[in-house]
Amino acid sequence: MHEMSLCESVLQIIEQQAKAQQFAKVKTVWLEIGALSGVEADAMHFSFEVVMQGSLADQAKLEIIEVPGLAWCMPCGCEVLVQQLYDECPHCGSHQLQIVDGDQMRIKELEVE
Amino acid sequence: MCGVCGCGEGHIHSHDEPHDHEHAHEHSHDHGHHHHHEHSAEHSHAPGLTQARMVQIEQDILAKNNRYADENRRYFSERGMLALNLVSSPGSGKTTLLTETILRLKDELSIAVIEGDQQTARDADRIRATGVPALQINTGKGCHLDAHRVGHGLESLNLPEHSLLFIENVGNLVCPSAFDLGEAHKVVILSVTEGEDKPIKYPDMFHAADLMILNKTDLLPYLDFDSAQCIQYAKQVNPRIKVLSLSAKTGEGMDNWLTWLRAEMALQRIAYA
Repeated sequence: MHEMSLCESVLQIIEQQAKAQQFAKVKTVWLEIGALSGVEADAMHFSFEVVMQGSLADQAKLEIIEVPGLAWCMPCGCEVLVQQLYDECPHCGSHQLQIVDGDQMRIKELEVE
Repeated sequence: MCGVCGCGEGHIHSHDEPHDHEHAHEHSHDHGHHHHHEHSAEHSHAPGLTQARMVQIEQDILAKNNRYADENRRYFSERGMLALNLVSSPGSGKTTLLTETILRLKDELSIAVIEGDQQTARDADRIRATGVPALQINTGKGCHLDAHRVGHGLESLNLPEHSLLFIENVGNLVCPSAFDLGEAHKVVILSVTEGEDKPIKYPDMFHAADLMILNKTDLLPYLDFDSAQCIQYAKQVNPRIKVLSLSAKTGEGMDNWLTWLRAEMALQRIAYA
């Protein structure tokens, strides 16, 4: 979707953290991206390289930790894995699913120097 | 200069003069370059060999947007305002729905509109022709409105208490879904000329919305559009979604939409402890 602006937000957070945590260069960035977050890993890698150019994270490696989609099925009363927002419960076929995990997009950690 | 964040950005402008937005974009572009120079300078002065280490961040990428959205939400709730974020693909009839809604409600409610488009002030002009204030935000290359820009918009609109604010987002069924603007509800508008499978083709948006409006129902006799199937797809993606069918052009179904708006306004007027 808007991976470019997401990467710009990542850079802003990195720049804030650089001041707070005293580092001048970022070598690796770990992002946690949920399967239901609407973020495309390929597009994220592409945008990341472009956005980080000339910044303190220039040439930094991007590692994406993919988090599977998890939903609570109301009729079954249990957690089920889902790939898409429109998936049905694999046990009972219901769409009464409440997303409980896999919709996040977070910066997890950085390797810095 | 901005009271919310002190950013001094020139994105918001009333478009009274046609060259305004060009200037603003040039400005922010320059700013970006300057920013990068500063950092490469810092970098070249950094001491040579340093130890690599790990830094825990654990921050939502959209945390900054969400903070501005919280500010906007607080602003709305303190003033008993109802803010709705209208999202759809381009050409679904958002602006016509708004002008028709405003004409029916402007004598009983104070209404204003924030218009998001990549370029031009055409939509804001159409809204102003109905006699209510409208602010155009041109996103330039951007594909969505963010909470920061809307916050600036609120400052310049300076609306009275108990206003109804429509935020007409950029026509795009993908990106605006992720950006909370502080609204009470996202309302997704889908016109029957678009095909009934839009909710499962663009599930993020239909998942994020609380209400779906099926617009242009006057065209149904000429189309193969299967309304029941469309609604089923929308409920598949979002079991909580409510659906209203209407034609902004003929007025058919508009009463239900006005009733929904009045009910939501009434809820905002309640001062919760």
